[in-house]
Amino acid sequence: MEKIVSYLVGHCEKLQHLPEDFIYLALQVVAGLLVLMLFVAPFAGIISFVERRIAARVMDRVGPNRVGPQGIFQWLADGVKSLLKEDIIPAQADSVLFRLAPYLVFVGMFAAFVVVPFSSGLIVADLNIGIFYLIAVTSIVVVGIMMSGWASNNKYSLLGGMRSAAQIVSYEIPAGLSILAVVILSGSLSIQSIIKAQGAYPWQWFLFQNPLMPIAFISLFIASLAEGNRTPFDIPEAESELVSGYSTEYSGMRFVFFYFEEWANLYLIAAVSTALFLGGWNLPSAVVSWAQTKGDVLLHLLQFLTFFIKAMVMVFIIIQLRWTLPRVRVDQLMALCWKYLTPIGFVVSLGWQLGWLYFLRECLWSVM
Amino acid sequence: MSENLVEPMQLNIGPAHPATHGALRFHVDLDGETIKKSRTEIGYLHRAFEKHSEISTWSQIIPYTDRLNYCSSLMNNVGYCKAVEELLQIQIPERAIFIRVIVSELARIMDHLICVGTAAVDLGALTNFWYFFNVREQIYDFTEKLCGARLTTNYTRIGGVMRDLSPGFQDGIKKVLKDLDKAIAQVVGLLERNRIFMDRTQGVGTISKEDAIAYGFTGPCLRATGVPHDLRRAQPYYHYDEFDFEIPVGTMGDAYDRLMVRVEEMRQSSKIVEQALSRIPDGPIISSDARIALPPKEKVYGSIEGLMNHFMLLTDGIKPPKGQVYSATEAANGELGFYIISDGGARPYRIHCRPPCFPIASAFDKMVENSMIADAVAILGGLNIVVGELDR
Repeated sequence: MEKIVSYLVGHCEKLQHLPEDFIYLALQVVAGLLVLMLFVAPFAGIISFVERRIAARVMDRVGPNRVGPQGIFQWLADGVKSLLKEDIIPAQADSVLFRLAPYLVFVGMFAAFVVVPFSSGLIVADLNIGIFYLIAVTSIVVVGIMMSGWASNNKYSLLGGMRSAAQIVSYEIPAGLSILAVVILSGSLSIQSIIKAQGAYPWQWFLFQNPLMPIAFISLFIASLAEGNRTPFDIPEAESELVSGYSTEYSGMRFVFFYFEEWANLYLIAAVSTALFLGGWNLPSAVVSWAQTKGDVLLHLLQFLTFFIKAMVMVFIIIQLRWTLPRVRVDQLMALCWKYLTPIGFVVSLGWQLGWLYFLRECLWSVM
Repeated sequence: MSENLVEPMQLNIGPAHPATHGALRFHVDLDGETIKKSRTEIGYLHRAFEKHSEISTWSQIIPYTDRLNYCSSLMNNVGYCKAVEELLQIQIPERAIFIRVIVSELARIMDHLICVGTAAVDLGALTNFWYFFNVREQIYDFTEKLCGARLTTNYTRIGGVMRDLSPGFQDGIKKVLKDLDKAIAQVVGLLERNRIFMDRTQGVGTISKEDAIAYGFTGPCLRATGVPHDLRRAQPYYHYDEFDFEIPVGTMGDAYDRLMVRVEEMRQSSKIVEQALSRIPDGPIISSDARIALPPKEKVYGSIEGLMNHFMLLTDGIKPPKGQVYSATEAANGELGFYIISDGGARPYRIHCRPPCFPIASAFDKMVENSMIADAVAILGGLNIVVGELDR
């Protein structure tokens, strides 16, 4: 970043009058937009197509295959179609909140991508409170969803919004506890540091660091499915019960924003699990030193591919789950969170601390 | 808790709602997500079937019966024609009987495929629906070959059936039944021991034996409570007493049992179809009685007697003797009864249809009380309320 700034300042006279911080900030915004435009938006689109094809495979049918070779441009067609649709705002709706809600959902989800790494160097901002920021900023989504449920002035939307709020707020706790276990292990909240604390090989991953970590991983996985409103926890938009939940009254591009959020979230869930438990972008040191002789671009590309493939495996598991399982009932969902996942989360995060103390007891005694 | 302080939220479920599968409406009072009181409103699909029958000839009524339970229209055709034949006191040819048994059981399989498939969809498990609908599609192909239509079959005639089994029917159906077994195994594998599915359906919408009988439940919903009542055994018709099949019963009478009883019934129906296919005799497919059945086309165009016969049947119609009859068959949802009064004319004096859904739907309000919206959907899926039959 500094290199780019000094290059720009050196080569463009007009920029020399501006404070360096400002250029730095502007570049951050550009970088953030690039990540959004070049990666997240097409990814959310393509994954919608991939999900439909996988669903079709699971269900023994063909799926979209008309637009482009094997229907690969279906998502573009859908996007264009949605842009051209009439944007309906119900007469009885609170029109300001109704318009605002999709943007909040959108912002909450995409702000989280700021701290999602793609390789050792490709990250918008390696915040020192990265994972904490991620948990915090994704909570904005709840506000957007509740707002949409309320502003629609539709009872089904309201029920959907309420369900969603209860669900997401509840599941933050087991998710946070599982993440806490990882943070204790790595001693850092920065996602890059957490990844660096792991290695390339499975036995160096946090997933297998101690017997409690697989439990933490599964607990985080379930909790993030619930936070992302994915089946079997898609009760806020349960089609057969609440018609379409909070997005019932939405149409056109506003409707797409909700689904955009859902598919972007799919990658976010996978990326967080990959970064925290599956070794992130770590490559074996032999590969790293070989790649460095060929240049930084190759190294980052390889790291990105490692990260991406791991994340994709998670995405496929999530998609397969969605098309296999029925959905749970709202009270069962809460019971799962408060009766099972939260206690398990406490056991996992406190258990390793106690275990750590036990191993270090002798050291402690010697110190005292 | 706070009945006097907070007004319950009024929510309209239906008439256009994804879970009602037709135009059915529940007006529920909600406390949070709990249904405190439900009021079912039926009649959105009322087509005056019974009144319309009174101005139609006996044969013209057959296509109307297609629209009763449109998931298994073949069975309604059989049920109505059987009632009229009892009124006429005639015997139909053996081959026609066997064909009717085969198409009835295929219709039962199709109906159960839809019921279990859509119930699973309502619970959020979309995949099962497609496994079942692939098989249903194959059976529909045979229905199409049999009578030219897939949904509105209009297949039976008073005195027999419209057309003989199509060539290749036997082997084709045997292959379909194998696919059916596979599909059932897949769906049962996905659902039967699935924790989420069990949590969603077990103990949901439970109804006791006594209550079920008091409400007038029949069919799978009654058998799910543990009562082994099946008209095919209780009042055997069409050689059902000679076929080897079991009557699956449930234990709890909840939504889970209702679906599992249906799954098992499909296997039994498949057994009956195989037996009927192996025993089917050759011979005529419709009665030769000139007052009832239309003469073959060669006679109509080749002889004056045939032409006159044809003309008289189409203009004057069948004239059953004065009297009344109640005839019931075991349809996919339960006892499908036709109560017919004839004044000796070409049109019925009165027809009353006893749809199996009607008593079942009347218990819905009680079953969903104090359960959640999601439960209401699960219960509705298991009851298989077909609105065409409910509203007539």
